[in-house]
Amino acid sequence: MTTAQPIAAPASPEFAPDRPGVPEAARESLIRARGLTKKFAEFVAVDAIDFDVAPGESFGFLGPNGAGKTSTMRMIGCVSPITGGVLSVLGMNPAHDAALIKGRIGVVPQQDTLDMELTVRENLIIYGRYFDLSRREAGRRADDLLEFVQLTDRAKSTVESLSGGMKRRLTIARSLVNEPDLLLLDEPTTGLDPQARHLLWDRLYRLKQQGVTLVLTTHYMDEAEQLCDRLVVMDKAHIVAEGSPRELIDQYSTKEVLELRFPVGVLETLGTELDGLAERIERLPDRVLLYADDGEAAAAAAHARGLRPETVLVRRSSLEDVFLRLTGRSLIE
Amino acid sequence: MIATRMLPALGFAPRADRLVERNIMNYRRTWIVLVSGFFEPLFYLLGIGFGIGALVGNVTGPDGHAISYGAFVAPGLLASSAMNGAIYDSTFNIFFKLRYAKTYDAILSTPLGINDIAVGEITWALIRGTLYAIGFLAVMVVLGLVQSPWVILALPAAMLIGFAFAAVGMAATTWVRSWTDFDYIFVVTLPLFLFSSTFYPLSVYPEPLRTIVSITPLSRCIDLLRSLALGELSPVLLVDVAYLLVMGGVGLWVVSRRLDKLLLK
Repeated sequence: MTTAQPIAAPASPEFAPDRPGVPEAARESLIRARGLTKKFAEFVAVDAIDFDVAPGESFGFLGPNGAGKTSTMRMIGCVSPITGGVLSVLGMNPAHDAALIKGRIGVVPQQDTLDMELTVRENLIIYGRYFDLSRREAGRRADDLLEFVQLTDRAKSTVESLSGGMKRRLTIARSLVNEPDLLLLDEPTTGLDPQARHLLWDRLYRLKQQGVTLVLTTHYMDEAEQLCDRLVVMDKAHIVAEGSPRELIDQYSTKEVLELRFPVGVLETLGTELDGLAERIERLPDRVLLYADDGEAAAAAAHARGLRPETVLVRRSSLEDVFLRLTGRSLIE
Repeated sequence: MIATRMLPALGFAPRADRLVERNIMNYRRTWIVLVSGFFEPLFYLLGIGFGIGALVGNVTGPDGHAISYGAFVAPGLLASSAMNGAIYDSTFNIFFKLRYAKTYDAILSTPLGINDIAVGEITWALIRGTLYAIGFLAVMVVLGLVQSPWVILALPAAMLIGFAFAAVGMAATTWVRSWTDFDYIFVVTLPLFLFSSTFYPLSVYPEPLRTIVSITPLSRCIDLLRSLALGELSPVLLVDVAYLLVMGGVGLWVVSRRLDKLLLK
């Protein structure tokens, strides 16, 4: 599978997971959901889903906008009461132990919710105070975390003056101020440029190496492949598949994909010419995807049939292909 | 969640002080904004108490003694500024944090709950109002507008006014959708300020108008503060206190319910 960019230095010791043990009941699953359901009036946002997240693993919800990912994350984060089913987080019930659970999780929301009236460092200190840290300890952690997300030189800046990537990094730093056992990240890199995304991924990878359990939602396949040990694919309030990125690709796609792009108007005229060239054929508005274990061979066969596409591309299957197979739609429309 | 909802709003806010701490952190750098709140009632007092007061001369106090117009109008202005300060703090500032900055969404991801936010923000408005009231009372002493030692009770009374209006103002803010909606709030507070016997006694109104005006909240506040400032105590003051306590309590309860609905959906 895709490997994350090499991490040179081991995790800095001050961020070692020096935290009280997880309750015995939760050792098996940090999060356990059975028949978990969320309704808003008549609208069903999450429809009776089951999943488990093990301690130390990095777990992803992959799906398009509106699939129910954020609703699920909000229920786990104890800011949205469940409508039905069973949900246990860190061995506790969000309906009764919200303050206790929230004390041990970190949350990176989809939309930045930094305190616009405070400076960068003050944001971290007051957040630490919300978790009952002493002022001295909150200040110490703020300085360490600013170092970790490379914002030390911006400590006294206002939040407004930060770039989008810096704000996300500050939000991640803020989510770590209570040294959480579980980190919830709702689309952590949406809207960031590639450089900012890689820097964030690097920080998240380090946290994962330190034993922090990561649960994230994304509609980016590369992000899921970079960060997730295991993921579920969500579509229209349901979980439609579950496994590691590799397992999902093996199960729902072929080794390779042949992408043929034809001149405007030609695609519509193609009838049976493509039949039998591949295990499965997807027609997209602008190109045809042929799923085959040997893409080069399929390309040669297409050429032999007299097909003359404008461009020919053979690539490995990705989670995007898995999603297309499962739902008939692209992830990002 | 259901259990938390059924708890009385006032009973469970163990971390409300953290909200106050956050606001102190914010104003530590922008304290000049706080100072401005002190000058508004002072300017009213100078302009109306002395300017208009020079035209009016003395007025008849409640016990028949002649008192200066300044001494008459000062408690009214103190009550009005306690209302205005609390409304200002609990509307614009809260709206910004609730709808734009999403400050409370972030806070709810920590062990703090809805009640901590509601109680914390109203407490902050109260602290701010108390500082202004102390300043204003000091000015009254310096200008010789104090008629009775009972005026010392005007301080807790002003705090109570701040609590009642901050709670109701914050409750109203939970229904505000955009900045222009604030006009509705000021359509209420401006007539209260002008017509609630701030500048003249209730006796100028004919019945039944007098009774109607006398049951509006700012009238009760002014009755309370003016009676204390002029040393005219009566059991009616207890009614005023109860009125404001109920108003604040209901406001706080509504705030908790509404924030729960808006933020924990």
